[in-house]
Parts: sequence; C-alpha cells; structure tokens
Amino acid sequence: MNAQNKTVADTWTVAGRTFTSRLIVGTGKYKDFAQNAAAVEASGAEIVTVAVRRVNISDPSQPVLMDYIDPKKVTYLPNTAGCFTAEDAIRTLRLAREAGGWNLVKLEVLGEARTLYPNMVETIRATEVLAKEGFDVMVYCTDDPIAAKQLEDVGAVAIMPLGAPIGSGLGLQNRVTIRLIVEGAKVPVLVDAGVGTASDAAVAMELGCDGVLMNTAIAEAKDPVLMARAMKSAVEAGRMAYLAGRMQKRRYADPSSPLAGLI
Amino acid sequence: MSLDESLSIRVNGEHRRAAPGISITDLLVELGLDPLRVGVERNLELVPKSTLAEVQVEDGDDYEIVHFVGGG
Repeated sequence: MNAQNKTVADTWTVAGRTFTSRLIVGTGKYKDFAQNAAAVEASGAEIVTVAVRRVNISDPSQPVLMDYIDPKKVTYLPNTAGCFTAEDAIRTLRLAREAGGWNLVKLEVLGEARTLYPNMVETIRATEVLAKEGFDVMVYCTDDPIAAKQLEDVGAVAIMPLGAPIGSGLGLQNRVTIRLIVEGAKVPVLVDAGVGTASDAAVAMELGCDGVLMNTAIAEAKDPVLMARAMKSAVEAGRMAYLAGRMQKRRYADPSSPLAGLI
Repeated sequence: MSLDESLSIRVNGEHRRAAPGISITDLLVELGLDPLRVGVERNLELVPKSTLAEVQVEDGDDYEIVHFVGGG
C-alpha cells in the first residue's frame, strides 16, 4: 500500500462503528448553539460529546442542543461529567441510553473537583458494570498503562487517557506513558483532555493515538471556528506523520545538499 | 391525594400536581417535552422508553427527567 492509499482508506473503528474523522469535540462552553454548531462543522468531527442534565421544566421552549446539532448526522457520545462515584456514572448513562437510544458512551468518574483527575478504582468498577449491561464504554482515564490494561480487561471499547487536566490546555504532559498505552492496547486509544492548541493535537496523533477528544481548546479560542479548522488539520497532519514514520533523531547536523561538486 | 383528587408529584426536585390516570408520556407532553428526547427515572428506577406510555403517574411519584446538553 503506498502512502496515498493509506491516507485515503484511513478510518478507525470503535465497537463496530467506523469513522473517518479522528477528532471528537465537546459541546460545552460555547457562546451559543450557533457558534457551537459552526465549530463542529469546521472541525469535521463525526462524534460530539454531550452531558446529561435535568430538563428545564420552567421553560421547555428554550432552544436545545439537538435543534442545532442533529444526532442523526453526528454521533452523540453522552458523558458522565460531574460524576464522582461509579453509581452516579452508571445511573447517568442508563438514563442517557433511554434519552438517546444508543449505547456508545463516554465514562468519566472524577476523583476531585480541583484537578478533575479520574478516580480509577471507581472508573474500572463502573466500566465493568456498564460493559455487562451492554454499553460500549469509551473511558476517560489516567495516563497509566497498567490501568489502561485493566480497563480493557473489564470491557472498555476505547481507552482515553488525559493529556493534562480537563480544561487546562497544558498539552500532553507525558508522552512516554501515552505511547506505552498505545503500544499495549488492542482497542482504540484517544487522548482526552489537556489539548490547548493545534500542535498538542498533532503530538497526540504522532504518538500513534487513534484520535483526540477536546472541548475547551476550541470553545475558548478567540475564534472557535478557526481553531476547529486548525484542530482538524492538526489531527490529520499528526496522523499522516505517524503513518509516514518520522526520521531518526541525530545529535548533530547532517547536510541535505551534496558534499560532492562543491566549488 | 389532595381534596381535588389531583396527584402530588415531584419533577426534577420541584413539586407539581398532575391529573389522575395520566401516563408518563402524558406528563411529558404536558410539560412541553418530546418523549423521544428525554430519559426518565421514576422513584430512582429507570423507565424504559418503550413503557413510558403504559406507566401511570401515581401520587407521591418522584421523577428525574434528563436530556442532552452541551458538555465536554
């Protein structure tokens, strides 16, 4: 297969669902639904994350996300943001499955509000319960290769280690462990959280990740739609660089022009 | 049950009154909600979407009704 064919046929599959875009975007923190929809469009994302919350009983005529982002065209990936126990997360996703009718979900069980760092004991426990109930669980987790294996063992369909704390925009803090997770996983690995700008997304893809999930990096950019385009390009560029196979690093210079024939 | 025979229920933590004999689907429509777009828990138990039209609202019921909102 030559390089061109490789990129043309370059899809990824999670729990039997195949996608072309390797960028998953969140739908939080936008100025309004219209800007959110425009950013999703510009990102080329085929999956968006959504939260599960109480409906507004006092004013049900308020516009809702589904009016702007059509779940028939874009896969809604319900999350458990804000859940700090396995029980809360499981309850939330059971409701999400009824609300949407789909079983592909994103599990996150948080350990503390300050860092939003995952509680892996609760996360593994919830993954096991949900997998047994027929959910396809994509799991937000620590960048720990052993925990990643344990998640896979209990039925996670995708491993999603954080690159840095949620909403921090600090970029990938631990390339070594992300790469170890990629090498060891039999399911897709996506960096989830911590991306701040386009180069961070490219780094994740160059490490061999199957995709990147982000929200704040796009939503809090001065021009979210332009940043969404940048992220689309970065994910594609990083992926192609990974497939192309980068050159070996050298400690010193190596001239690109021939030494022979110098005047 | 109150004197006027309407049911006393809670929806998302708020007290409401409902007419006797209505189903959960009826309640959702009355609330201005699309039954296809929400998830419903009744007294902490999930109500499968396929049974929303069959389950009757009863006095003292406590409902959680959720939908999808923007999130990361």
